Amino acid sequence: MKTIYILWLRQLKRYIRSKSRIVGSLAQPLLFLLALGYGLGPVFQKAGQGNYIEFLAPGIIGMSIIFTSIFYGLEIIWDRQFGFLKETLVAPVSRFNIMIGRTLGGATVATVQGVIVFFISMLIGFRPVSFVMIPFAVLFMLLVAILFSAIGITIASLLDDMQGFQLIMNFLVMPLFFLSGAIFPLQNVPGVIEKIAMFDPLSYGIDAFRQLLVSISHFGLMTDLVVLAAVTLFFLSLGSYFFSKVQI
Amino acid sequence: MDVIKVENLTKKFDDFAAVDHISFDVAEGEIFAFLGPNGAGKSTTIKMLTTLLAPSEGSIELNGYNPINDSNAVRRSIGIIFQDPSLDDELTAFENMEFHGVLYGIPKKVRRERIKQLMEFVELWDRKNSLVKEFSGGMKRRLEIARGLLHHPKVLFLDEPTLGLDPQTRNHMWSYLQELNKAKRTTVFFTTHYMEEADRVAKRIAIIDHGKIIASGSSAELKAQTKTESLEDAFLALTGKVIREEEGSNLDRMRMFRKARGK
Repeated sequence: MKTIYILWLRQLKRYIRSKSRIVGSLAQPLLFLLALGYGLGPVFQKAGQGNYIEFLAPGIIGMSIIFTSIFYGLEIIWDRQFGFLKETLVAPVSRFNIMIGRTLGGATVATVQGVIVFFISMLIGFRPVSFVMIPFAVLFMLLVAILFSAIGITIASLLDDMQGFQLIMNFLVMPLFFLSGAIFPLQNVPGVIEKIAMFDPLSYGIDAFRQLLVSISHFGLMTDLVVLAAVTLFFLSLGSYFFSKVQI
Repeated sequence: MDVIKVENLTKKFDDFAAVDHISFDVAEGEIFAFLGPNGAGKSTTIKMLTTLLAPSEGSIELNGYNPINDSNAVRRSIGIIFQDPSLDDELTAFENMEFHGVLYGIPKKVRRERIKQLMEFVELWDRKNSLVKEFSGGMKRRLEIARGLLHHPKVLFLDEPTLGLDPQTRNHMWSYLQELNKAKRTTVFFTTHYMEEADRVAKRIAIIDHGKIIASGSSAELKAQTKTESLEDAFLALTGKVIREEEGSNLDRMRMFRKARGK
């Protein structure tokens, strides 16, 4: 338990100390909210879909969570390059605990980012339908963050250096985000896009945020929860397996 | 009593044997130097002894435990100072120590006492709240040594611990390690490229080349065996004067890469 706590604490400290990274990672969602929200808002309204900022904000919260949690999962590669991973791996601690500590650390950071983006979107005009549902939305944020931290750790366990980082961003994270229904409704999209979105776990996370924050849902909250929980468990197991095989 | 027993230890990367059927023992309380040119198999051997790498063949017994079946018992028995720094730069010196102490399950009160005592010894206590990234190479090394000793290991592994240190720090470090060796009978297993250092502190020396141990004994025995005046000459007489692959670590990385792809 203490091991998990100290690993979690380490990631939080690293997060709080990296001021420039915090600012950088908040600039991007803000840009998306402003450019897409205000730029496409009138078109969205004309098409009879209502307020676009309201639709978009949960998607951008999802974006900041997936970016942050995958990034913090991949941090293991940095630790490997800067040698700190060795210090953890020669300690008399089970690999499973190390994996869990890191996953929770990355997930907590990503959830904090998600909550900050939520407040930023309120500043530019987003209004949740009910404040009672916000704690539940935060719980879903945590679930999504755990899922993508685990995916990040799974990938990091298989990579030796950061050269694969751009590849992961362009071929995994970006498609997961753009095809998740974060920026457009999944109703009435071409069948292929809808099928792809169905296999993108982020779709269910964003769908849950939308249901809880603005009462719009495509899949239904129960489906969201079941799918997210199942996929999270799957990647936690896969990540622990690969991480247990890591050699220095 | 032998605290390290190694028999026929082998590590193969594909067809290449980085460590090739080596056997040796290290007695409890001994200071043992493990010497060899770059790429000879020193680091690979240390990784196997410290549970970081599984051997392809052969057996290891460390403090009575097997690194494969009893890896946590082995990990509790050893302290390691790695060749490359292994501190978290974004944490303070104290936090790095604290992190280590918690991972090794040292109770809070004992942990805090020992951290203070060790950090005072390496003269870093007044810098305890500085981030490690502000430290010089020598300060980082000293902190790593303090950290490696925090859980009172039976065997201390040092992989080129004095690389890049000035003579002052080097002397200070060795006099502390020798003191510790006497007082607590901590076994010290180290590698180095500074022959005079091995000559001065090691009770016994083993020389490894191309994955095989080619000579072992006290410094005097090695000199006598090769009819040379200094350990450096003895070393060159045994291993030849050809310059080896410059970067052992790059070689290692390449091997790991190949291995990861192969699986």
